[in-house]
Amino acid sequence: MPELPPLSLPETPKLAQNITHFARALRKAGLPIGPGRIVDAVQAVAAAGFTSRRDFYWALHACFVSKPEHRLIFSQVFRLYWRDPRFLEHMMAMLLPAVRGVQEDKPADLGEKRAAEALLDGTQPDPEHIDDEQGTEIEFDASLTMSAAEKLRSLDFEQMSTDEVARAKRVLSQMTLPVQPLHSRRLIAAPGGPRPDWRRTLRAASRQGGEIQDIARAKRRIRWPNLVVICDISGSMSQYSRIILHFLHAVSNAQGAGWAKVHAFTFGTRLTNITRHLAQRDVDAALAAAGTEAQDWEGGTRIGECLHEFNRDWSRRVMGQGAVVLLITDGLDRDDPEALAREMHRLQLSSRRLIWLNPLLRWEGFAPKAQGIRAMLPHVDSFRAGHSIASIEDLARVISNPEDHGEKQRLMALL
Amino acid sequence: MQKPDTIEQVQALLTAQGYVCGRALAVVVFLALRLGRPLFLEGEAGVGKTEIAKALAAGLNRRLIRLQCYEGLDASSAVYEWNFPAQMIAIRTAEAAGAADRGALQAELFSDEFLIERPLLQAMRPDEHGAPVLLIDELDRTDEPFEAFLLEALSDFQVTIPELGTIQAPEPPIVILTSNRTREVHDALKRRCLYHWVDYPDFQREVEILQARAPQASAKLSREVVAFVQALRTEDLFKKPGVAETIDWANCLLALDVIDLSPEVIADTLGAILKYQDDITKLQGSEAKRILDQARASLAPS
Repeated sequence: MPELPPLSLPETPKLAQNITHFARALRKAGLPIGPGRIVDAVQAVAAAGFTSRRDFYWALHACFVSKPEHRLIFSQVFRLYWRDPRFLEHMMAMLLPAVRGVQEDKPADLGEKRAAEALLDGTQPDPEHIDDEQGTEIEFDASLTMSAAEKLRSLDFEQMSTDEVARAKRVLSQMTLPVQPLHSRRLIAAPGGPRPDWRRTLRAASRQGGEIQDIARAKRRIRWPNLVVICDISGSMSQYSRIILHFLHAVSNAQGAGWAKVHAFTFGTRLTNITRHLAQRDVDAALAAAGTEAQDWEGGTRIGECLHEFNRDWSRRVMGQGAVVLLITDGLDRDDPEALAREMHRLQLSSRRLIWLNPLLRWEGFAPKAQGIRAMLPHVDSFRAGHSIASIEDLARVISNPEDHGEKQRLMALL
Repeated sequence: MQKPDTIEQVQALLTAQGYVCGRALAVVVFLALRLGRPLFLEGEAGVGKTEIAKALAAGLNRRLIRLQCYEGLDASSAVYEWNFPAQMIAIRTAEAAGAADRGALQAELFSDEFLIERPLLQAMRPDEHGAPVLLIDELDRTDEPFEAFLLEALSDFQVTIPELGTIQAPEPPIVILTSNRTREVHDALKRRCLYHWVDYPDFQREVEILQARAPQASAKLSREVVAFVQALRTEDLFKKPGVAETIDWANCLLALDVIDLSPEVIADTLGAILKYQDDITKLQGSEAKRILDQARASLAPS
């Protein structure tokens, strides 16, 4: 074990206490911080010394932050917490326009809202402080910080309970997308495998006093590809995407159904990663969480922009190991078709297979007339309908068949 | 060499190795050394994550042991392996010599003589100069089972070999882990480490880095090069150029005897800074000139 320098803390360890409170505030803001990290942080501060504010910041940063996206939250909470022990008043000044007075409508910094909520949530104002403030009673309604428009759009999953929809969801939640495994570079013991496994051979031989009875063999282990789903949740797709999300939840929670990992993204006007939410066991809880995370439900669509965001920020993270991509959208996009085509091309290049499910295909005589669809169609490996249970069953049948192009050839001829 | 006692000493030590580092990074490196904890560095490619380990090893006069991660990396190539062919020969020799002592043979077969040490095990071995620097590079390229395997090695600094028992490091190695974030690394591993996100340096620091790494470049050229690269990073590119690319590019320009940036020179050497065809086409034509003008404007004394 590493030798740790002895802690030299003052008699009344206020600093350790403060760090603990600070960690709790961070935890409320959504950073995963366990007690172990707090101990680390106190040790780190003891080691780095408490001389400069900057060193103090980076010492705590090294212990509490473990993801780049947490840096912003950390710096905001740090700023608010360590600036002044009576942070509450600062928060009041920042959040309530009436109290803010002269310094008008400064747009809140990124992360400030989360930091503010974390610091204020459940905090009882210190009675002594209130005396200081001439007994002012402070009321705080955190829900006011969420814009009315976002609230309106955050989704109520309860409303979609017509009989057919419920039954369709039940059927879909039983379905899986079976896929062909890939061959990994790792080896696994296999009688009659193509490679000799010297290590196991020797182990067996040494048990027999050096007598080699037969040569153990190995073959390549198989592994399962990842599935990346990018699902349009804009207004024109809403009825459809809700049901498809039910299906996705089933696929990402089906143990042993083949896929190594299922990553799910939703997009409308912006891209949201909802993978974490889909991992919840209960489908309603999962979709409710996804609904709050993706705040662009039933808004407009900017496919090109969102695919660009995906390609830039996520594709190298989630597609590294030959992922199959399922793109679910109607392709109705009024932005620049060339940019859209470029992003689609990039997406196709980085995926093992790009499958486009388009509910518009359910119409008889569908023709690729919309410019968005015309831009996207050449860059997909397969183009399929996905509006009914039957069509999803078809998808499950052909998803690992590299020869399958769905309706692509037919529609390409119409372009 | 002794570990530094203050944050300033860390900074001086790294600077002496040509690694210009900011205060933030110096603080976490100092903590990693002082607390004996692994240091987990994330950041875009080419911001100098791997270089830190090299600079630290050189500065502390320790051995640098590098474990380059790849998909399918397993314990036998990361920790140890038995030298099977040599064992086989030993068995046959013993047979031919008529040695009958089976126990002695077995003890000999699984001894250090037939053990091939891989980076993790090497890092646990005592070293006359002190514990080595263990660089576990691009951890995001391995798969999760290997990450889980690292947990024991990184928290207790020990590895277990069934035939020999548990080998514990007399002094914990200085561990630096890097990741480009092509995928998320598990929280359990991150929790055992100090974390730092290595960002692109600001203008002043990047000029200092460039002068440390490409000292032949004139001050004027370095400033122009850095201003251009920094302006380029604000563009919407698929892969933004890192510090490594800045240094490469400056060396390219030096090799071509360029003393002054011009759109033509930039067009000829774009391959040194941009590594995606899409990005290069984007910068063709008047775009390079626009960015160059922008960079020059930012350099103008204000």
